[in-house]
Amino acid sequence: MQSYIPIFLMIGVSAFLGIVFLVLQRFLGPHRPNPEKLSTYESGMPPVKSARERFSVKYYMVAVLFILFDIEVIFLYPWAVNFRALGLFGYVEMILFILILLVGYLYILKKGALQWD
Amino acid sequence: MEFFSPTDLLGSSPILALGLFSLIALLVNAFLKNSAGMVFYVSAVGIFVAIGCSIYTFPMNATAFSDMLLVGGYASFFSVLFLVIALFSMFIAKPYLEREQYHYGEYYVLILLATIGMVMLASSADLITAFLGIEMMSVSFYVLAGYFRGKLSSNESALKYFLLGAFATGFLLYGIALIYGTTGTTNLLRIVTMYPQPFNDPLHIIGWGLILIGFGFKVAAVPFHMWVPDVYEGAPTPVTAFMSTGGKAAAFSVFLMTFSVPMSMRDERLMTVLAVLAAASMLLGNWFGLSQTNLKRMLAYSSIAHAGYMIIGIASATPMGQQGIAFYLVSYALTNLGAFGIIAMMEKENGGNLNYEDYAGLGKRKPALAALLAMFMFSLTGIPPFAGFIGKYYLFASAVQSHMTWLAIFGVITSLFSTYYYLRIIVYMYFKEATNHEEIKLPGLTFATVILCGAGIVLFGIVPSLIFDLMKSIF
Repeated sequence: MQSYIPIFLMIGVSAFLGIVFLVLQRFLGPHRPNPEKLSTYESGMPPVKSARERFSVKYYMVAVLFILFDIEVIFLYPWAVNFRALGLFGYVEMILFILILLVGYLYILKKGALQWD
Repeated sequence: MEFFSPTDLLGSSPILALGLFSLIALLVNAFLKNSAGMVFYVSAVGIFVAIGCSIYTFPMNATAFSDMLLVGGYASFFSVLFLVIALFSMFIAKPYLEREQYHYGEYYVLILLATIGMVMLASSADLITAFLGIEMMSVSFYVLAGYFRGKLSSNESALKYFLLGAFATGFLLYGIALIYGTTGTTNLLRIVTMYPQPFNDPLHIIGWGLILIGFGFKVAAVPFHMWVPDVYEGAPTPVTAFMSTGGKAAAFSVFLMTFSVPMSMRDERLMTVLAVLAAASMLLGNWFGLSQTNLKRMLAYSSIAHAGYMIIGIASATPMGQQGIAFYLVSYALTNLGAFGIIAMMEKENGGNLNYEDYAGLGKRKPALAALLAMFMFSLTGIPPFAGFIGKYYLFASAVQSHMTWLAIFGVITSLFSTYYYLRIIVYMYFKEATNHEEIKLPGLTFATVILCGAGIVLFGIVPSLIFDLMKSIF
């Protein structure tokens, strides 16, 4: 338990500081309300309509597939860094990994998941 | 640098075979038109190859990939069980999906992927592989539950299962983190060697408690059972058959293996917690089962109750209890697969023909079908000479052996409750006049599977030593 004291101290101090700044700005800062300040920020343009629109489900499909193959690259990174240390074994393992993903890629390609219409 | 040995490859051969064949099945499905039947055969071949690999590795008693996987014995026994379940549920599914016009190859690929997870669960010697297996199995189940994507009930079932399942997984993972924090390893074999020292750390106990919540959810024990009735009812019937047998058996195989570690201390508190969990599951499952009118829901509550019976085996922490669970899983899997197979044959489009009344007069309309369903119900109740009786006997006896006689008595009383709703279907089939005279089609594949299940429960009920002899080399 002893070793946790700095962490609790840290939490306490940060919570205290946060509250102090919130209270101080209420007393010290200028207070000039304006409806413009409450509106959505769109780089200076007046907002056109509500942001809550319905998107085509196709966007989600593409997004999910993107994440999948994005993660593949994240797995490639540590391997690339340790390429020499892992040697042939690592190389073969990575090829296998990519082949499995390739099967998935061929599947979505043939099923037309990447076609917009 | 030596990374792995031929033993590793041989030991993980069932998983590798399943993985390879699921990839082939996926490619066949993508590149050939109308390939669902073809995918079915590829998957079936994959399962047979994996069964061969499991049987081949049975005499081995080793670990693979630096103690991450168990090889042989325990792992092989359960792997064969899961693979047979997967095969049987594929047989039940094919005619059903063709009738419902949902016959796509993806179904079998998902079954194979779920089975990889199950085999991994049974062979896990490390909490990380256990987690990997549970996730692989569950994610496939979430998709399978929502397989009828045009049906609202199926979607509801998938979403409920997914949200609650993901939440339960969080508990499991946090528990694993605490175990790692207090012992410095996630490997079960190494944690055992450290005992009893980490057991004095409260965080260690909390860790096991959180893991217990995760497993309690997966095996559908009270109070983590809320999802079961809705998910079982909404999912397509063959999927329910697969989930309630394969999913439960896999969860129990890993539950038994991981909890043999803390239970080796024979800690009074932990035993009591498990005993209460078992008692609550038996009571609530059987109690709510009484008022059901839908057969799928009834079997869902019965599945909760049976989880309770099996937890007795873990709570008692004796070899008898462990063998009891293993035997019970075999008999429960065969019984439930058979019962769901019959339900799948009787079911009409859009979830019709699922109530007790629809089975009225079945004894005259289809005598063979009615006799088989009666057998399955007798086995679930635990009436000799069916396998369900032997399993229950072993579990209750193990409770007595561990000085938890109250639990055994409680189990017997709650199984008395269950008699009412199991035998009610028999009353409907044999003592009521048929109201519905529509022709019932019996697809050969499903019917043959159901007959196999029936033969299995009679065989193992009369000659239980077939399985118990195998288990002497496991536990």
